[in-house]
Amino acid sequence: MKSPSSRPAGRRSRLSRALSSRRRHPLAAIAVLVAVLFTCGGAYAALAPSASVSTDAASSTQIDDGKKLFAVGCASCHGLGGEGIVKEDGTVLGPSLIGVGAAAVDFQVGTGRMPMAAPNAQAERKPVAYNDEQIAALSAYVASLAPGPDVPDEEDVDPSAGDVARGGELFRANCAQCHNTTGQGGALSMGQYAPSLTGVSPKHIYEAMITGPQAMPVFNDETIPAQDKQDIIAFLKSVEEEPNPGGLGIGRAGPVAEGLWAWLIGIGVLIGMATWIVTRSSKS
Amino acid sequence: MSAIVNGAGKVVDFVDERITASNWLKRNIRKVFPDHWSFLLGEIALFSFILILLSGVFLTLWFKPSMAHIVYDGAYTPLRGTGMSEAYASTLELSFEVRGGLLMRQVHHWGALVFLAAMSAHMLRVFFTGAFRKPREMNWLVGVTLLFLGVATGFTGYSLPDDLLSGTGLRIIEGGMLAIPVVGTYLSWLLFGGEYPGDDIVSRLYPLHILLFPGLIILLVTVHLMLLWYQKHTHWGGSGKTNKNVVGAPFWPVYVFKAGGFQFIVFGVIILMAATIQINPVWFWGPYDPAVVSAGTQPDWYVGFLDGALRVMPPWEPEIFGYPLTLSVLIPAIILPGLILTPLALYPWIEQYATGDRREHHVLDRPRNQPVRTGIGVAFITFYLQLWIAGGNDFFATVLDIPVNWITRFIQFGLIVLTPLSFWVTKRICIGLQRRDRDTLLHGRETGVIMVSPSGEFSELHEPLDPHSAYDLAFRERQLPIDPGPATDANGVPNPSYKANRRRARLSRFYFGDVVQKPTAEELEAAQHHELERGDRQQELTSGQQ
Repeated sequence: MKSPSSRPAGRRSRLSRALSSRRRHPLAAIAVLVAVLFTCGGAYAALAPSASVSTDAASSTQIDDGKKLFAVGCASCHGLGGEGIVKEDGTVLGPSLIGVGAAAVDFQVGTGRMPMAAPNAQAERKPVAYNDEQIAALSAYVASLAPGPDVPDEEDVDPSAGDVARGGELFRANCAQCHNTTGQGGALSMGQYAPSLTGVSPKHIYEAMITGPQAMPVFNDETIPAQDKQDIIAFLKSVEEEPNPGGLGIGRAGPVAEGLWAWLIGIGVLIGMATWIVTRSSKS
Repeated sequence: MSAIVNGAGKVVDFVDERITASNWLKRNIRKVFPDHWSFLLGEIALFSFILILLSGVFLTLWFKPSMAHIVYDGAYTPLRGTGMSEAYASTLELSFEVRGGLLMRQVHHWGALVFLAAMSAHMLRVFFTGAFRKPREMNWLVGVTLLFLGVATGFTGYSLPDDLLSGTGLRIIEGGMLAIPVVGTYLSWLLFGGEYPGDDIVSRLYPLHILLFPGLIILLVTVHLMLLWYQKHTHWGGSGKTNKNVVGAPFWPVYVFKAGGFQFIVFGVIILMAATIQINPVWFWGPYDPAVVSAGTQPDWYVGFLDGALRVMPPWEPEIFGYPLTLSVLIPAIILPGLILTPLALYPWIEQYATGDRREHHVLDRPRNQPVRTGIGVAFITFYLQLWIAGGNDFFATVLDIPVNWITRFIQFGLIVLTPLSFWVTKRICIGLQRRDRDTLLHGRETGVIMVSPSGEFSELHEPLDPHSAYDLAFRERQLPIDPGPATDANGVPNPSYKANRRRARLSRFYFGDVVQKPTAEELEAAQHHELERGDRQQELTSGQQ
């Protein structure tokens, strides 16, 4: 009676026999070299970024990397030391970044707002220009200039740990003025706007609250405690995933969109129908 | 079968012998109604109103018009544990727990939007075609009152669910009342039962919304239709159609089925919209809290123009004897509606005064043949639309990606510049169309055939109109401005009413001074003669070619 392991064992021995018989083959050295290079390169690619992210404490090499990136990508507006640039006529080319903290950089660069495409009323969300490692390096560098709010921990922004109903109340009381009741966003003065919050990651929502980017006020932990922030994130994620039970959502934008639909679709279709019905003439 | 018919016949006979209705019925059941799509706009309004009544009755069975404060414990989890009024909670219950409740809510709301849109479109049709002229001025007044009642019913309904939007709308109403000098504060306290928002407003608006306003609407719709029935429907002019007849299909057996069928089409379209497009999702807006105002807060479209007026009004607040006079709210919220409604209601008489035309009219005007009236109508639409856009300035700023301040500033100027400009442009377009009609009458239809004369001159051949098409263009009346007459009579005695006459003549010139008159019989004769000559020449040429 054969044991179940005997066949693989036999195969292995056959394989090793084949390998050892061919180790003198002219191409064997090259094959080994290629295999080793693949293994090492693959392992590096797989492990290296995660390894650098996992080091939370900013190492001095990370700060140095950040400083180099900063000099290339940010310094033209924010100054070489992040001190900001004010032109002679008083217009601010780029504000000072001393004390804005890692959270501000992680938000601005992580959502693609920085680097700005052009000096506008407001930096808009666009494809992210740096990878995670570079963002971490930039954050570490700016954080090293002066103490400021740090990038939040994963568990602080986890929506599943928040209270949706409470978050809704807090959101309506503190955020809906600009972002609309479901985070659809809205217009502010002089071309500025409160962006839509749909699809924004919990971490970035949290960072926006603690750093107050652009026209947004800062909601520090005294105004809105950390738990409340988590509730707000929970509300936003819940409302985002919620289907529209009434049918087509038409942007959840309220009465202006509804009025347009009532005229364009409602009256439009009905006038079409009226035109059709009067062409159905009778003989009498 | 015949037994049933016989039985029914006996019942009818019984009734007829006692109230002799058959004569009246015989006369009325054959009432003639003309066919045109624009005559069905009022029917859209009527049928959507019926649908609103039906769905509204359904909603009253569950809605609780109470502002009593409760903590929500219903089916919609994202709001569980939130404090709210019973009105809002029962709206949530209707939306999520009552079978068919959300559909009914959406039917009611879409129906209301379509109802007001149809009424407005109907009013514009009546205005542009001159259907408001004698003898229908009274019905115009009834119609304007209906529109006002429709807006009032809509607004009170918008305020009932006590969600964030409805509460903010009421806050603006309160602001408008407070802006009224001296009595404003008292009025506001009277309406809200004390300091805003109080605990009374929902239960006070409820009877207005479900009883008083709809009751008045039903009453006035009845008057509207009885007057229409009695005065007969207007019709478009054309050969065979005069001021003394109505050309169309009889009520029975044609029109009653068309109208009946159209009723189901209107029901169908609105219910289809309600079933597929979400409207007023109050669970997203949240319960009303006086401390909270959301971005993107707007009223339903028919109140939008008032919100827009508030948004574009400059911040004027002069002080009078130490008291502030809040013109920035008083003008857009209180004075403007009056400034719009009064001329709207009085327009038939204003035009009568200006034109001196006091005759009955049953044949409609083509809008181009009344360039000034059409211009006034388009200027009003331009004015109104701009205010409506201003009411959603933040919405349009977000959607179009332009600064909200630009929209506001553009409309501030647009109201003053674009409104008269649209009047002028419309009037010129109408006059241009009149000129073309006149040319077509005089020279016939353009054929597109180009003729070269032996001397090398190019000209287009025209084909004479057939008599029916010619009549369609020519049946309208000549419109001559009033002549004020001499200031003094033959003996040099001054005419005492000369000044009034001159004022009227000036208004009349404003209306008819630039109108292109239809050609006289002589002009027509001469032109036809001319065309005939050219036709002969063409005959010669073509025969010469062959």
